[in-house]
Amino acid sequence: MLLPPNQTEGQQSVALDTFPKLLLNHARVRGNKVAMREKDLGIWQSWSWSQVAEEVRALACGLAALGFQPGDKLAIVGDNRPRLYWSMAAAQCLGGIPIPLYQDAVAEEMVFVLDNADVRFAVVEDQEQVDKLLEAREQSPKIEHILFDDPRGLRHYEYPFLTSIDKAQELGRAYDLEHPGFFEKMAGSTSGSDICIMLYTSGTTGNPKGVVLTNDNVIITARNGIIREGLTENEEVLAYLPMAWVGDNLFSYAQSYVAGFTINCPESGATVMTDLREIGPTYYFAPPRVYENMLTQVMIRMEDASKIKQRLFHYFMEHAKGTGTRILDGKPVSFMDRLLYKLGNFFVYGPLRDVLGLGRIKLAYTAGEAIGPEIFDFYRSLGINIKQLYGQTEGMVFICVQPDGEVYADTVGTPAIDVEIRIDDSGEVLYRSPGVFHSYYKNPESTAKTKTEDGWVYTGDAGYFAENGHLKIIDRAKDVGKLNDGTLFAPKYIENKLKFFSFIKEVVAFGNARDYAAVFINIDLEAVGNWAERRNLAYSGYTDLANQDVIYDMIQECVEQVNRDLSKDPLLADSQIKRFLILHKELDPDDGELTRTRKVRRNFIAERYGPLMDALYSDVDVKHVETQVKFEDGRSGILTADVKVRDTKTFTPVKAVS
Amino acid sequence: MYERKFGEVILDLKGISLSFGAMRVLNNISFNVRKGEIRSIIGPNGAGKSSMLNVINGVYHPQEGEITFRGEVRKEMKVHEAAGFGIARTFQNIALFKGMSTLDNIMTGRNLKMKSNMFWQAIYWGKAQKEEIEHRKKVEEIIDFLEIQAIRKTPVGRLPYGMQKRVELGRALAAEPEILLLDEPMAGMNVEEKEDMSRFVLDINDEFGTTIVLIEHDMGVVMDISDRVVVLDYGRQLADGTPDVVRNNQDVIDAYLGVPH
Repeated sequence: MLLPPNQTEGQQSVALDTFPKLLLNHARVRGNKVAMREKDLGIWQSWSWSQVAEEVRALACGLAALGFQPGDKLAIVGDNRPRLYWSMAAAQCLGGIPIPLYQDAVAEEMVFVLDNADVRFAVVEDQEQVDKLLEAREQSPKIEHILFDDPRGLRHYEYPFLTSIDKAQELGRAYDLEHPGFFEKMAGSTSGSDICIMLYTSGTTGNPKGVVLTNDNVIITARNGIIREGLTENEEVLAYLPMAWVGDNLFSYAQSYVAGFTINCPESGATVMTDLREIGPTYYFAPPRVYENMLTQVMIRMEDASKIKQRLFHYFMEHAKGTGTRILDGKPVSFMDRLLYKLGNFFVYGPLRDVLGLGRIKLAYTAGEAIGPEIFDFYRSLGINIKQLYGQTEGMVFICVQPDGEVYADTVGTPAIDVEIRIDDSGEVLYRSPGVFHSYYKNPESTAKTKTEDGWVYTGDAGYFAENGHLKIIDRAKDVGKLNDGTLFAPKYIENKLKFFSFIKEVVAFGNARDYAAVFINIDLEAVGNWAERRNLAYSGYTDLANQDVIYDMIQECVEQVNRDLSKDPLLADSQIKRFLILHKELDPDDGELTRTRKVRRNFIAERYGPLMDALYSDVDVKHVETQVKFEDGRSGILTADVKVRDTKTFTPVKAVS
Repeated sequence: MYERKFGEVILDLKGISLSFGAMRVLNNISFNVRKGEIRSIIGPNGAGKSSMLNVINGVYHPQEGEITFRGEVRKEMKVHEAAGFGIARTFQNIALFKGMSTLDNIMTGRNLKMKSNMFWQAIYWGKAQKEEIEHRKKVEEIIDFLEIQAIRKTPVGRLPYGMQKRVELGRALAAEPEILLLDEPMAGMNVEEKEDMSRFVLDINDEFGTTIVLIEHDMGVVMDISDRVVVLDYGRQLADGTPDVVRNNQDVIDAYLGVPH
């Protein structure tokens, strides 16, 4: 049972307002309950809360023996390993500040953070990370000690500042004996307003910024999330997302420390799907692409299944589409439908949930980018309670969450507990909550720009409240533009809607300071290629396929479907797509058209394809273009094509009847 | 970065000659292997590299020469002796049980270490059970070492080529060999797979102190990871020494790049 803040079972109230206090409380109250598991040598090893407290204690004393002072920063680099999570707690016990870094960052990227945060101590996973830190140390000599977890390959590293975690814990146990009461004093003197962690945001432009968060920020937000969803100490969570990401810190550290539930660390990055199935988490977070991949896997495997199984699968999935979601949302469902769903659950939904490792899920979250409604509905119809949330590092994740029973694919839900939201005149979303960050480290200008004096934070996202009271995020605020007639134009919103169609791979939407919205489209060569093959449609390559009239017809249907959806949107109804074309080449990071993380560079593309832009905003039907392309081996060549431009049907806006 | 130290000579080959009928495959080859080193045998196709390896683990019996292994002089090695004395190998063409899982394939490498008889193993009880658990632990350590946890239960026939090579290395390691013979472990691999494999070879040598005798085509890899290299060409021994010595040897340069006429 979850206790209200500031109360423990059988004890008079001791404010549990810091991680060290929470840890020691769990060791007292649920000492034998499993706090952590890790799969090692093929077997799940577990540690109880009292064991974790002992390990953390030894590690904290070891750090102290090595000279770690209150206020010191501890960089943590590696995959999700129990001992890395313990070092996080160990630093906090000493009044220090853990800074988890992305484990796949190269040494140069680490230098900035290590230097900016004046990191003196680092705990890393293995030789790979030690090598990187040694390299970084040449440019940022502030690092005085490096602790490592896995000794493999490090036997011949003779640096006085390199210590294994085992050795540090040994030192710590000795130090603990020599300094009785030291650990209790340090852990007890931490307070809610102390800084408890710094998380660096990746920063698409410029250097990363260190988001400083206090114990209160993290713990109150974590507790609010637990209360809203009714989570208990019996949850099982798989910790598989980067430790440097705020979500992992919340789901696999903070909430576990608040509620007392179990964290499971996978064997390796490659085994996550197997481990997921073995553990069967009850509480799970994954970005949309993970759900998408799982669904693709299922579909591919169904293709290979026997005819009977295929028919069974499709029949029951069709039934689940309407019924499953309604049952999950607690809406009325007829007796026969319910019966049939039970049958489907026995034959299809249950086994499928089990294969996916989602058989015991009570709550699954997704966030980060838009999730395709079909994917979303697929999981919900199976009875998996997947919900979207909206958050950011600066607010310790939770800003909005979809309430049970009110889950819509295109909104991010209602404000989380204690969160206030307002929309400013430009359409940007602002929020104020207990989770609002302390500051950006050593960066008062950015702090002032993002956070107002009375605690409101600019999200940088444009959105509005839909009629049902749910927040709807449409785009990055700086990307939202206006058509010449003043209509709001949200390019990413339109692009995402189109990209949900499996035939469409990339979309670039234009409209800011133009007369109407129009798009460039890249078809998905694999999906459309398959479709063409099944119809015995011959084509020689992307350019040829993209230019065929039947493909244009198919894409036109997709665009008009999106227009129909847009016509129902109160704000965006007038930004329906009037014209589109299918690009004669695939957008490619090598040509600078996409970023390395595959985001479209809209302005660059508009310039590069100037003649096609002109064609979009005139009434020509075909445009001849020549484009320089770079091949993978570094050579370049010229691609010529006659690109067709099509008009599409638009729909009269459906104004909501009040 | 640090100075590598080697122990005594554990394998000494003197004047080895091997013929198949009139075909002279190895002609008076002499070299030794010291404990803890990475020893490579290189040479163009048909130079006699694999034959040399087969002489060492007793598949071929040379007509001339003597082999000193662990202080004992003998004319030839016998296969079971070689395996029993701790010489394990991998093959140029992968020789795994395709229908069996990675785990089971590596387990077969423990065969020589299993003491209990088939009867007890079949009923899986008592000593046999205890033994099996110990072997499984060793196998899991190898799986962890080679970072193949994700394919533990996958039938090896379904694995990509580079992974199968790694499983084969795992099986050889399972015998806890003193000397590990690797026959072209990087053949047919892409750059990344080669780097991985090189790292594993170095780590095995470093972590377990295993002596490694390696045959390899890729000169870059050989020169990077070997302590000493012996060069063969048409059954003759062209050179023997550290990578630097070998690299600058005129005969070797001629054999690899051709002699100007």
